[in-house]
Amino acid sequence: MKEEGKGNNAKKFGMVIDLDKCTGCGSCMVACMAENNVPFKTDESNKLDSITWMRVYRLRNGKPFPSADICYLPRPCMHCGGVGDQGHSPCVSVCPATATDYSTETGIVSQIYTRCFGCRYCMAACPYHARYFNWWDPVWPDGMEKYLSPNVSARMRGVVEKCSFCFHRYQLAKDRAFVEGRREVKEEEYQTACTQACPAGAITFGDLNNPDHRVNQLVKPDRRHGGRPGNPHAFRLLERLQTNPKVYYISGRDWVRQAGDHYLKSEANRPGH
Amino acid sequence: MDAALIPKGVKRCPLNQFAIGIAIVGAVALWGVFAMLLVWIKGLNQTNMNDAYGFALWIWADLTVIALGGGAFFTGFLKYIVGKDELKNIINYAVLIGFICYSSALLILGIDIGQPLRGWFIFWHANVHSMLTEVAFCLTVYFGVLTIEFIPLILENRQIDRVPFFHNLSHNMHEIMAVFAATGAFLSFFHQGSLGGVPGVLFGRPFGFREGIFIWPWTFFLFTWSAAAVGPCFTILITKITEAVTGKKLVKPNVIDLLAKISGWMLLTYITAKIIDTWYWAAVTAPSKGFSLMDFYSGHPLYGIWILIAEILVCGVLPALILVSAKGRQNPGALLAAVILAVIGVCLNRWVMVLQVLAMPVLTFENWVMYFPSWQEVATTILPVAYGIILIALSYRYLPIFPQEQELNPVE
Repeated sequence: MKEEGKGNNAKKFGMVIDLDKCTGCGSCMVACMAENNVPFKTDESNKLDSITWMRVYRLRNGKPFPSADICYLPRPCMHCGGVGDQGHSPCVSVCPATATDYSTETGIVSQIYTRCFGCRYCMAACPYHARYFNWWDPVWPDGMEKYLSPNVSARMRGVVEKCSFCFHRYQLAKDRAFVEGRREVKEEEYQTACTQACPAGAITFGDLNNPDHRVNQLVKPDRRHGGRPGNPHAFRLLERLQTNPKVYYISGRDWVRQAGDHYLKSEANRPGH
Repeated sequence: MDAALIPKGVKRCPLNQFAIGIAIVGAVALWGVFAMLLVWIKGLNQTNMNDAYGFALWIWADLTVIALGGGAFFTGFLKYIVGKDELKNIINYAVLIGFICYSSALLILGIDIGQPLRGWFIFWHANVHSMLTEVAFCLTVYFGVLTIEFIPLILENRQIDRVPFFHNLSHNMHEIMAVFAATGAFLSFFHQGSLGGVPGVLFGRPFGFREGIFIWPWTFFLFTWSAAAVGPCFTILITKITEAVTGKKLVKPNVIDLLAKISGWMLLTYITAKIIDTWYWAAVTAPSKGFSLMDFYSGHPLYGIWILIAEILVCGVLPALILVSAKGRQNPGALLAAVILAVIGVCLNRWVMVLQVLAMPVLTFENWVMYFPSWQEVATTILPVAYGIILIALSYRYLPIFPQEQELNPVE
């Protein structure tokens, strides 16, 4: 794995979500919870303390009928690379115990549950609210333990967790490739659970560095400018904060792209202006 | 009954009266201990924190008590390094208050983490890039320094002092105290600063983020500066409260005047720097991220522009002007008002730098989130106050905390 990062073939796994295709059905959220043993409460009405690695937001354009429009925006962890893709993501740089780390081999921000001591500084640092704290120990309904994924460890009370881009699937794909005598994992061999569950095909996942992968073709990331999308319909959330996320969104609607970031009223560079 | 333990030449209330007072405050402390045990046993679900408010009342309390405890390092610096000898008459109390503040901060941090038994990971798996790592190291070492500064005071108890070993130990520790004062000042600069760095480095949170020099955001320097300015104000305030409770003059006015004057100039220079920082942040930093100043202050009435005016003008400029003027310092009412305002100002500053940073949404499609602490959070935050009152009461009764007390209150 290390050799992979040292060479020019370092991966940069990322996601592209077509917001014009997303119907807000929530399949990605369900698939994510099942895949990653995400715990839930008996009463899930308070969303401020429930864990949703993948969360679907509902955006409105604020206009009356007949111009009213709605958009559903799925939000996983952005796996920020920070300025220059050096791994200086908002959360990684602040964790006092190195319990969250940035992989230069895959571009994935990991969370080491057994090292996290629950200070929650990373949560304060993340502008996307992609990090969640285990306020309770996980309790599964009777018999449900049997259906937990053996590939993902369940988390205990008092630690932070978040989307891992289903990293265990990458490990399994790497193992399979090794057994078959290959060094590289094929695009279709490593796909996140949410990508596969999306019935509208709105989510695309792959290596942003690989021009053969669809994610690269969809957004045409500009590596010399922090991975900014070359596709004029593609954008990243809060681009101006220079967090350098690896999740891109696509929409043909100006107001949706504008909702991705903050702009001063006087600014002329707003999408659609 | 405990007369043999009370310093010579001073008068103390009867033991029964003292015990009743301690029992009342002790009951409050026990309430806090109960809440603390609940949190440790049942977890942080006992709080009203949530995923939007990962930092809340406790982190505010931590930042605040450490700022208020800054009187210990700054008074020590002035006495031992700068050579302001008059301050020897208040340094004991400044050290005691600092010891209480820092031990309280460590206790609150111990309660605040999700996995308290893994607290040592911050040292073992230290991430040198994290401001919190710097806080943990400097805070722990400085607490050790404060303990070393507090020990000679305990050894001066009448009965302990009779033991030759303790008498000599105390004497020798006093002799080398300048070394510890210098160490304390050095460590305090870094941990006060790194506490300022905690919100200042959050480049994902435009309300807290500040530019700076090398790895240090401007908040690094502002936090140290404000602690050095307001710490002595808190020492003066607690001294005045102690004088009111005991009904005695404990420190001569010239000592208070000197400390208030230095504190006033520190506060005036701090608030000037704070105004410049706020202007630069509002005019340059925030707009570069797409925010105008009023975006930060128009989302919720609690976080209206009033909070900025209150912090900078009412609790910053006003007390600074009172304290730098001789007339202001010599007027007991004005002096008291100034130190109270300065203390409120630093409390407000720490509040907005923790709570408002989190209350403000960063994603355009999220809303402001409010939070109200649970009783367990309130009780565990009051616990250090009760513990502080008990430690001050015990120290005042049995240790020669105030060197001028005997002269100011001769016993017939």
